[in-house]
Amino acid sequence: MTADVATPTRPDAVEPEPGPRRRPPWLRHLPPVVLLLVLAWLPYVPVELPGLLPGRVNGPGSMQLLATCLVFAGFALSYDVIFGRTGLLSFGHALFVASGSYLLTISVSSWSMPLPLALLVALGGTTLLAVVVGGIALRVGGIAFAMVTLAFAQAASIIVLRDPGGVTGGEEGKALARDAVPSILVGVSNAPYRYWLALGFVVVAFLLVQALVASRAGHAMAAVRENEGRAAVLGFTTYRVKLLAIVVGAFLGGLGGVVHALVLGGSSPHLTSAEFTLALLVMVVLGGAGSRWGALVGGFLYHYADARLVEASGSGVFDVLPDVLADVLGEPLFILGTFFVVVVYFAPTGLTGLGGRLVRKAVRP
Amino acid sequence: MTSVLTLEDVHVRYGGSHVLQGVSFEVPDTGVTALLGRNGVGKTTTLKAVLGLAPRTGTIRVRDREVQGERTHRIVAGGVGYVPEDREVFGGLTVDENLRLVDQASGVDAPIVGELFPDLVARRHQRAGTLSGGQQQMVSLARVLLRDNDLLLVDEPTKGLAPKLVTEVADVLARVATTTPILLVEQNLPLVRRIADTVVVLDAGTVVHRGDAAALVEDPELTTELLGVSMRAKGAA
Amino acid sequence: MSDLLLILVTGLGLGALYFLAASGLSLIYGLMGVLNFAHGSFMTAGAYAAWVTMDAMPSSTAVGLRLLVAVLVALVVGTLVGVVVEVVLIRPLYRHHIQQVLVTVGLSLASVAAVQGVFGSDPYPVAKPSFMRGTVDVLGARLPVDRFVYLAVALLLLGGLLALLRYTRLGLVIRAGVENRTMVEALGIDVQRTFTIVFGLGGAVAALAGVLFSQYAGTVSPLQGGSLLIYAFIVVVIGGMGSLTGTAVAAFAVGLVQQLANYYAASGIGDLSVVLLLALVLLLRPSSLQGAHA
Repeated sequence: MTADVATPTRPDAVEPEPGPRRRPPWLRHLPPVVLLLVLAWLPYVPVELPGLLPGRVNGPGSMQLLATCLVFAGFALSYDVIFGRTGLLSFGHALFVASGSYLLTISVSSWSMPLPLALLVALGGTTLLAVVVGGIALRVGGIAFAMVTLAFAQAASIIVLRDPGGVTGGEEGKALARDAVPSILVGVSNAPYRYWLALGFVVVAFLLVQALVASRAGHAMAAVRENEGRAAVLGFTTYRVKLLAIVVGAFLGGLGGVVHALVLGGSSPHLTSAEFTLALLVMVVLGGAGSRWGALVGGFLYHYADARLVEASGSGVFDVLPDVLADVLGEPLFILGTFFVVVVYFAPTGLTGLGGRLVRKAVRP
Repeated sequence: MTSVLTLEDVHVRYGGSHVLQGVSFEVPDTGVTALLGRNGVGKTTTLKAVLGLAPRTGTIRVRDREVQGERTHRIVAGGVGYVPEDREVFGGLTVDENLRLVDQASGVDAPIVGELFPDLVARRHQRAGTLSGGQQQMVSLARVLLRDNDLLLVDEPTKGLAPKLVTEVADVLARVATTTPILLVEQNLPLVRRIADTVVVLDAGTVVHRGDAAALVEDPELTTELLGVSMRAKGAA
Repeated sequence: MSDLLLILVTGLGLGALYFLAASGLSLIYGLMGVLNFAHGSFMTAGAYAAWVTMDAMPSSTAVGLRLLVAVLVALVVGTLVGVVVEVVLIRPLYRHHIQQVLVTVGLSLASVAAVQGVFGSDPYPVAKPSFMRGTVDVLGARLPVDRFVYLAVALLLLGGLLALLRYTRLGLVIRAGVENRTMVEALGIDVQRTFTIVFGLGGAVAALAGVLFSQYAGTVSPLQGGSLLIYAFIVVVIGGMGSLTGTAVAAFAVGLVQQLANYYAASGIGDLSVVLLLALVLLLRPSSLQGAHA
């Protein structure tokens, strides 16, 4: 009964091993490179996409929205190292994202550190926190681990809301001191630069996860996910493998938190909320756990849907419905939560897994 | 001869492994039928497939009732008693509570318990987890016998028991078999020869031999070939 | 001295609420291995059902009577919600524990959003019977009566659940199922029906917790259930994952630690000390916390 606790993904959610019909490397790398180029080029596209984006694609509204979506894609990718790759059901990942974000903001704004030093504090502090919290939480497994990580994440939320010494800003959040940040990242007109920063973060996270998955440690993580016993036989201490996954995931999450703070110009207590930590899980499962593209797509779409559904409910799309129904449908989380349940039942490999299946079906009827 | 249990082309797949690959055999409605084979050939899985504890395909009939689509508790309540490997008594429950799970009204006071397992009556308030292996086996057998069964599935009931207890368990099984047919998984060949009438031998997920129990056990070449053990080596051990 | 007495009673009262919130969770986890995130939604459902009921009854009726009726309605609603969630959402994913958790996570997010959509995010004040608003003087301390009410309800519930487990057929099947679900099934007993009953029971207890917590807080709000749920999780983990007496001891310990720390250290430290207590327990005796399924 422990086996299925440790296996969040079905076997077919694992990325396929390169088969004999392996395409040449340049062809395999072509789609992501083209996608990257297209994304990098978006700030030069003055087209309007009514309904999809607020105003022109390269307008500040769209750029800010897309930048935040990209940061969320990176969040999901970082969480997937822990959940999808290693099979650890952690509800504490928000803690690391929040720690990256708040440590940066506090270092810069309250302690007047220069940005590079603040960056070091944020990433170092987050990594250290991951070692301590992961080290304690991993003393229990399975469902108990999930509960314990949630408790730690809640502790962070409590601290942030209590606003000790006035450094976290409580419910209001804390703004990043403008003069400490390179001017190129500040102001409405510089939204494209923040967008490129977010894109850069996603690329770095993607490459790091790719390198990790291909490494010995990555194989050990996969082994832990599939079967803890077997991983032990392969000569890995499962405890260390799991701790490594948590620390790497936390580092990437902390980096994401830093970028989030830079893109949004500060830290918000929403990052510490239970809702956000659950949302990370929703993103990864929506997109497809244990797959780089799945996590990216899930994170991106989650934030996009969250932001746009608020817009949609404000625009009166639901006005034709009875009041109560319109009120309920006007809550993005209601739609996302319900959609999530549907995905768990009917598309256990997530949207990318589902998409992949449909594509394969179309190619080979 | 009519059969109480019929398996036709039964397959079991766990994840990637194909454990049972088309098992077909019948269990006659009297006496003990022994299910033999080397370790890991699918004996326990066969019992679990009958009970719906393993994901199975194919046809499984108990008397004239097809059960391959039914849920475990219905199959069992319909008259298939199961004594699992390693007893699986409820360690935190008393002996009496273990039995009352099956027979709410009488538990340890049921006549058959006093008749076959007087020791359990004396230990009625003891937690089953503190019993010896042999006593736990008696609990496991007793709770099945509280119900009228068409068939008993008994998995390695003498595993890890002292010789004297092995004899006791064998006596109980032989007695029960006079009224209820038993499909028995057992490694102990002398015991098989003593109480079993027919044998079914599995290898690599299929049936490789069916026949008379005594004939198999007394043919050293055949036992070596089918089971990888010789009677003599087993007897000496 | 009178301060200490007040803190102790307040802490025990809070612990009582934690026990109410955690006991259903612990029962469900112990028997089925399901970590039920929707438990917070059950509490919210109970709290709002009670609030709507009290609101709908004529205000000339005594508040105590309205509360009593509201509790009964909440119990029915909680039971129904629990049963429906088990049958519709949990049962099809039998043995897929991760997917079960995911579904309850989705349900908890969606239900909080739905409540916000229907009732709005603002808290509403709830009427409190006059006898629960009063205080009683003991050894010079003015102790709020409602804490004793919570304590009495929690102790009654603990006794009732223990008696249920000890003396009834259902309790026997639950205790056996906590040890080994498969073997209960293999003895010819329909375990899934027991699952449904336990979920219904868990829903009812959660709804009761929701009502009493809204009495304690003086308001109902959509996020109340979720915040109580976090403490319930901590209590279940400290209590040993699935043990009812362990859950009770842990609930009162957490309530006391929280109140003592809030009073003697600083306001807000209480919440953190609870997490610290959890970390300590994990470091000192992790093996006892693994539970039946973890």
